[in-house]
Amino acid sequence: MPMSDESPVTEIPVPASSEPTLPETAPAVKRTKRGVPEGLWIRCDGCKATVYKKEVEKQLNVCPECQHHFYVSGQKRIEQLLDPDSFEEWFTDLRSVDPLGFVDRKPYAERLKDEQKRTGLREACIAGRGYLRGRPLVFALTDSAFIMGSMGSVVGEMLTRSIEKATELNLPIVIVSGSGGGARMHEGILSLMQMGKVSAALARLHEAGGLFISVLTNPTMGGVAASFASLGDLILAEPNALVGFAGPRVVAATVKQELPPDFQTSEFMQKHGFVDRVVHRADLRSEISRVIDYCVR
Amino acid sequence: MAITHRLPFERPIYDLEEKLQTLENQWRADVPTPEVREEIRNLRLEINRLKRDIFDNLDAWETVQVARHAERPQTDDYLELVFDEFVELHGDKSFGDDRAIRTGFAKIEDRKVMFIGQQKGKTLKERAECFYGCPHPEGYRKALAKMQMAAKFKLPVICFIDTPGAHPGIGAEERGQAYNIALNLREMSRIPTPIICVVIGEGGSGGALGIGIGDHIAMLQHTYYSVISPEGCAGILWKHSKYANLAAKALKFTSKDLLKLGVIDDVIQEPLGAAHRDHRSMAATLKSFLVRGFKSLSGLKPNELLDRRYNKFRKMGVFEEQAATELVAKPA
Repeated sequence: MPMSDESPVTEIPVPASSEPTLPETAPAVKRTKRGVPEGLWIRCDGCKATVYKKEVEKQLNVCPECQHHFYVSGQKRIEQLLDPDSFEEWFTDLRSVDPLGFVDRKPYAERLKDEQKRTGLREACIAGRGYLRGRPLVFALTDSAFIMGSMGSVVGEMLTRSIEKATELNLPIVIVSGSGGGARMHEGILSLMQMGKVSAALARLHEAGGLFISVLTNPTMGGVAASFASLGDLILAEPNALVGFAGPRVVAATVKQELPPDFQTSEFMQKHGFVDRVVHRADLRSEISRVIDYCVR
Repeated sequence: MAITHRLPFERPIYDLEEKLQTLENQWRADVPTPEVREEIRNLRLEINRLKRDIFDNLDAWETVQVARHAERPQTDDYLELVFDEFVELHGDKSFGDDRAIRTGFAKIEDRKVMFIGQQKGKTLKERAECFYGCPHPEGYRKALAKMQMAAKFKLPVICFIDTPGAHPGIGAEERGQAYNIALNLREMSRIPTPIICVVIGEGGSGGALGIGIGDHIAMLQHTYYSVISPEGCAGILWKHSKYANLAAKALKFTSKDLLKLGVIDDVIQEPLGAAHRDHRSMAATLKSFLVRGFKSLSGLKPNELLDRRYNKFRKMGVFEEQAATELVAKPA
């Protein structure tokens, strides 16, 4: 008798490699090339041009040739968006543990330590309060460098507390998401449940009349896209970011046809009605402060 | 009931059952001798012992296979066996009727409820219609619309979860798969009538959670509920989906695991040898579970119910809170 054999359907989209692939400006991936002084020039993922790194950094990690938006670390993002020295970080004593004793090719506990060393981050989330053009707000982000910016218990808890704080303090909250990983596999079902937890906190903020601005950056996928990142009163997205539910490889393998060229980009999501505005990184500060002024009195 | 889909680890059971069948056929015409009667009795006892032995000790990957068994009862079977009436409501009022999610009024004993359930389909045609139980955005939208109607008319809600995951397709992305699941998570947390969710087969990730926020969450004994399919996880972390059995073990996603992790409230026992062997008995157990569940939730005022639901999910997650400044993660 044949046993039932269904074709597996994967639903959490993650690019095929498990090791987070970082853009070239990220700390860990530094390939030395002969003949080129290290770190002075970088190759643009967008136009393939070799561009002067200092120039890119001056333009908020945007390619001066083609406007490709490079990865920005969490710390840099805070410097770019918030008023100088206005950020007060919260929840810095939360630490991930390994509730399942999860071991793939390396134990999760070890992976956490390695990621901390590699990225200099405690976790994939940074949260706190600060000012943006003089407007007080709660600010949180997920950094896609740390285990793909995936959401485990600590990320879920930090975001939930941030949302609860915003509700309590009657402040707008801005969350900048970058997550290729969605819900973090290494914490299993507990990660999935963070989606419910964070979304429930957003329900309470919503009922209290609070403002939530969700900013999508490359990439925002899976369980992060299918929870808080999609629940902003306003959804802004950086140009050409990968935004969607299922990873493009998974979709391609399922539908067995070619994907539209702009599939799952910010522009695609705006065209289909799921993004309010695609905003150039250089305009994010002014755009966010402007919409805050429309919503907050 | 003749089962045509046989799982490899069930083989000893089928072997003995065949032996029993042969013996019974031989003695159909005559009155069996006392020795033969004894042998038949022993065989029956042995078969039961084997079933108990095998199904009490399923590993995670075997559990996945039982949860996916082609003859496992599905939402449509339970609609027949658990409920006295089902009035299907098809409209999502926006795009179309997703056959992977069935919604409508239902009666269980004398209680009227709103029913939401994922359906995979049995025949090839039905499976294609249901996208093998993988809902589209319109399915989640339909489910939410019906739950909001339930809130308006003060009906409790039942959600049966059975999906490999939300459908990963072009149309699903174009119509906002992520947004519609997210919206359900937020809105289900504030539906002011009781919600009971039961994983009846596969609890596939966001596609399951999209109808999985409630006051009482239960799983049938031989089901799984996971952040990612074992094949997907294996593909990413082990570089090939053939290691799905390893991923299944690592993900700790069986009903027993989830009860231990405090993610679910109950494990509903399946009949001897799992639900695919006895739909009726499974349905009867499920029915009495639901009736009891609603009884225990019916005394709560809407505000108490919502606070309770909020706190239930608020508590989920395991982490450490330490004042230390060093970056040290303590292994479990």
